[in-house]
Amino acid sequence: MKNEPDLFSATTAHPARLPEPFIEWFARNGRQPRAHQLDLLARVQSGKSCLLIAPTGAGKTLAGFLPSLTALALRGQRRPGTRKRGIHTLYISPLKALAVDIQRNLMKPVDEMGLPVRLETRTGDTPQHRRQRQKLDPPDILLTTPEQLALLIASKDAAQFFEDLENVVLDELHSLVTSKRGHLLSLGLARLHRLRPDLKAIGLSATVSDPLELCRWLRPQVDGSSDAAELIEVQCGAKPEITILESSERVPWSGHSARYSMPEIYEAIKRHQTTLLFVNTRSQAELLFQELWRINEDTLPIALHHGSLDVGQRRKVEQAMSENRLRAVVATSTLDLGIDWGDVDLVVHVGAPKGASRLAQRIGRSNHRMDEPSRAILVPANRFEVLECQAALDANYLGAQDTPPIMEGALDVLAQHVLGCAVGAPFHADDLYREVTTALPYSKLDRQTFDRIVEFVSTGGYALRTYEQYAKIRQAADGSWRITHPRFAQQYRLNAGTIIEAPMLEIRLTRKKGAGANQRGGLRLGKIEEGFLESLSPDDTFIFAGRTVRFEGIRENVCFVTDAEGTDPRVPAYAGGKFPLSTYLAGQVRHMLASPGEWHKLPEQVREWLELQKHASQLPAEGDLLVETFPKGSRYYMICYPFDGRLVHQTLGMLLSRRMERAKARALGFVATDYALCIWGLRDFGRMFENGELPLAQLFDEDMLGDDLETWLDESFLLKRTFRNCATIAGLIEKRHPGKEKTGRQMTVSSDLIYDVLRSHEPDHILLQATRQEAAHGQLDIRRLGDMLARIKGHIVHRKLDRISPLAVPVMLEIGRESIHGDAQEVLLAEAADELMGEMMHEFGEQTR
Amino acid sequence: MNGYVRNTTYRALEDHDPVAAIVVAGTRIMCDFSGCAFLPDSDTMIVSDLHLEKGSSHARHGRMLPPYDTRTTLARLASRIAYWQPQTVISLGDSFHDRFAHERIAGHDLEVLSSLMAGRQWVWISGNHDPVPPEGLGGDVAAELHLGPLIFRHEPSAKDARGEIAGHLHPAAKVATRAKTVRRPCFATDGERLILPSFGAYTGGLNIRDRAFAGLFVESRLSALVLGSNRVFHISARNLVA
Repeated sequence: MKNEPDLFSATTAHPARLPEPFIEWFARNGRQPRAHQLDLLARVQSGKSCLLIAPTGAGKTLAGFLPSLTALALRGQRRPGTRKRGIHTLYISPLKALAVDIQRNLMKPVDEMGLPVRLETRTGDTPQHRRQRQKLDPPDILLTTPEQLALLIASKDAAQFFEDLENVVLDELHSLVTSKRGHLLSLGLARLHRLRPDLKAIGLSATVSDPLELCRWLRPQVDGSSDAAELIEVQCGAKPEITILESSERVPWSGHSARYSMPEIYEAIKRHQTTLLFVNTRSQAELLFQELWRINEDTLPIALHHGSLDVGQRRKVEQAMSENRLRAVVATSTLDLGIDWGDVDLVVHVGAPKGASRLAQRIGRSNHRMDEPSRAILVPANRFEVLECQAALDANYLGAQDTPPIMEGALDVLAQHVLGCAVGAPFHADDLYREVTTALPYSKLDRQTFDRIVEFVSTGGYALRTYEQYAKIRQAADGSWRITHPRFAQQYRLNAGTIIEAPMLEIRLTRKKGAGANQRGGLRLGKIEEGFLESLSPDDTFIFAGRTVRFEGIRENVCFVTDAEGTDPRVPAYAGGKFPLSTYLAGQVRHMLASPGEWHKLPEQVREWLELQKHASQLPAEGDLLVETFPKGSRYYMICYPFDGRLVHQTLGMLLSRRMERAKARALGFVATDYALCIWGLRDFGRMFENGELPLAQLFDEDMLGDDLETWLDESFLLKRTFRNCATIAGLIEKRHPGKEKTGRQMTVSSDLIYDVLRSHEPDHILLQATRQEAAHGQLDIRRLGDMLARIKGHIVHRKLDRISPLAVPVMLEIGRESIHGDAQEVLLAEAADELMGEMMHEFGEQTR
Repeated sequence: MNGYVRNTTYRALEDHDPVAAIVVAGTRIMCDFSGCAFLPDSDTMIVSDLHLEKGSSHARHGRMLPPYDTRTTLARLASRIAYWQPQTVISLGDSFHDRFAHERIAGHDLEVLSSLMAGRQWVWISGNHDPVPPEGLGGDVAAELHLGPLIFRHEPSAKDARGEIAGHLHPAAKVATRAKTVRRPCFATDGERLILPSFGAYTGGLNIRDRAFAGLFVESRLSALVLGSNRVFHISARNLVA
């Protein structure tokens, strides 16, 4: 905030004790400690846990480490002959790269002050011998990830390793707590608090909608108490300057490529020193990168950075960024978090940001000097995104936040933790239950569920108790649970963590084509989902790592490709990475549509589009749900515009089409976008709505969340996918380890088969409960669907049209574009088979008849 | 995200027989959507790779899969036996997931199996997982079985293609369709040899384009009989992808 030294007027009772070398160091660097840095230092020195919420560039990292660095400076070096000390400070970040980056940044003050501090990282990439040494001779500060913390807790010498632990610094806490990794971390933190009751937890976070919740997350919640860390909030400096790209080109109806805007984006890059270009998915990153190079006449150094690229390539880009050698980087969320890579003076966000907080965090990447405004340009990829970008811009101006709330702790994560605890040391169920419920996400966990999880870890927890003899953990005579065989410890270590990636294959670039290409060697480009490769045939071309490559073949876990000139290359579709529109922004978009007075903010072509809609159909009032029906070709269409995000619309689409089917409306299919839902079929839906055969109010009634939902859920491929994740995290099936699976697919048991068997024999099994719970909150977003149905009750407006309306065009263009699942596969198979019937008859005809 | 409504799209499929008829080495064979096959001329049902007690086998190694695979597999087997009413059943090997499976199988499941075997001839072909089938279970045991022009064995042999009916490989087809590829278990045949899909509840499949199938079929005559949810799809080689 302000930069004057504030040594004695800090808001806490005790002033901060800043040792002499630090005061000199700040002075030598022409800086002074910031008020919030001293504030945090003082509070931690007096034994408090703290949450620091500050924008990027506010010196958050240094603030987080000052308490440790000063304490270590005062502690001095260990005298020879005295016992070795355990780690003093544990730093946990969501990204490996962040740990490496922090080490680089912290070494500067440590070296310059000559502090007796040893800093080391420990991530999945750390070689085994160094991990061993770290256990025998722990560093003072260990920088690591949530998964590594879980592994450290699951080791026999955990108590000793952590016996001198004073501080734990949790970076980017806002992004960690909302995921299963956050659940795992909360359980790890509960263990640390139990081992070290005086432990100070220091959370570093960007702005969130509910800071108090995060403060509580940092402290043990004992017996329903609501103990919370103290909050230090640093306000943003200058307001960011955000604009929406005003393009002279036509903004397309649908799609996500934003190809129309390339020349204007390129000009913006030329006008700035370093530009960060954010996109929402890796496919978009590849496309944008290709498009920019196509017009890069000045051969500006423009790089690509996303999570599938080879680590070596990513490090090169990061290095070049920090040395200011690049003019632009196209990136996905891998660069989203607070990594400091140099002087970015412009952020371009291609595609709608999907959330106000997400936008704020991404814009925070530019211009790390807090007193100067950040500069950002939003580039909507289609017309609805123009509305969404405008809503996000308004929200940013207001400082609105829409980070999701912390969910109840997932049970599959708990199962993993329980096994981890047993691997470390025998535990008593009473003690572990008490410990686990001090973690905020698990504070409401009941004892019965906990016991079922312990049973699950032990024998699978089946009603048919046939696995007692194979139990992984078993109760000893003293009542403690112990693992029954060391191999289960090994199994745990291989499967720890909550990040389940789709099976990935390594991509290597070779020169040899055809069958000869499938050799060893070749340049590593990165990794790609097996599912995408399965859809390719040799000689297909696709875009990866910014190149157009030709698919040559797969050998074991490596996919070989060669350079290609390729016309019309495909772009890999990556699982995940698509964020749904936040509730807040959705509300803002609805508001904007209903308020023609605000349309002056919008580009002319979008304004015209809305005006056209007003004449051809109507625009929904703010609280209303507009439902349009019209014929087109031989089909009838129903389109509604809830603006509640793709996930909600998808669930709604499935439920509505079931009901329409029951009403004999002969619905054939549906397609959902972030903004609208379209259902088509053979009967005139509009007439059915009007003549009372199928009243709209009844169709959209909330009771669809009852039986219909249950029935559909159980058959849904979405639930199977969720089950696979839950089963893997809970340790029922093992993670696939690339390079170690040569046995082929027929040897592994598919989670879909397990799901089918379990559902038909034990539908109430704890893992199925966990699966349904997760699906309801996550992919299906049932809570949000419920809110929506309640909101529109009595507010449904039907327009029966003769033809498609302007607002309907974007969703109509999506029909047939996206992948299909489940039952539709049967239809496709029938098509592939039917075309063959003639040949079959010819071939076997004589004999079969 | 697209979805298709179940019953409407199914309507086109409802009229189909749950069985596809083929001819192997001059013998008529009915391929059942469940993955078993029936020989009308000899009143024989064939089933392969039941892998009974695969779940408990995994449990021994700490993967506590639901202990309901054996009863699921047997229930499905029972329903197809009830449908075909065969005089003879040939189980083409890997009927039991390992050689200790009979020690783990539940008494109830064993009773179901015995009742299925009762009153008909039953042949256990030995597989690599179960070289010796459980004692006292009854049925005949053989490494191979000849029946007219047909020869039944677990593992497909390199030569001797004509009339060979085998299992072991768990064939699955990846079918190129209008929209995307679809992967399902299947029968694989070129009219000379037939390889059955695996029948067990926890058994997966291996793409018939995998090198394990190399040289087993005459490519120009290869077709896959792909298992749907209530019928069999006859797919020709050119629609099968790697």
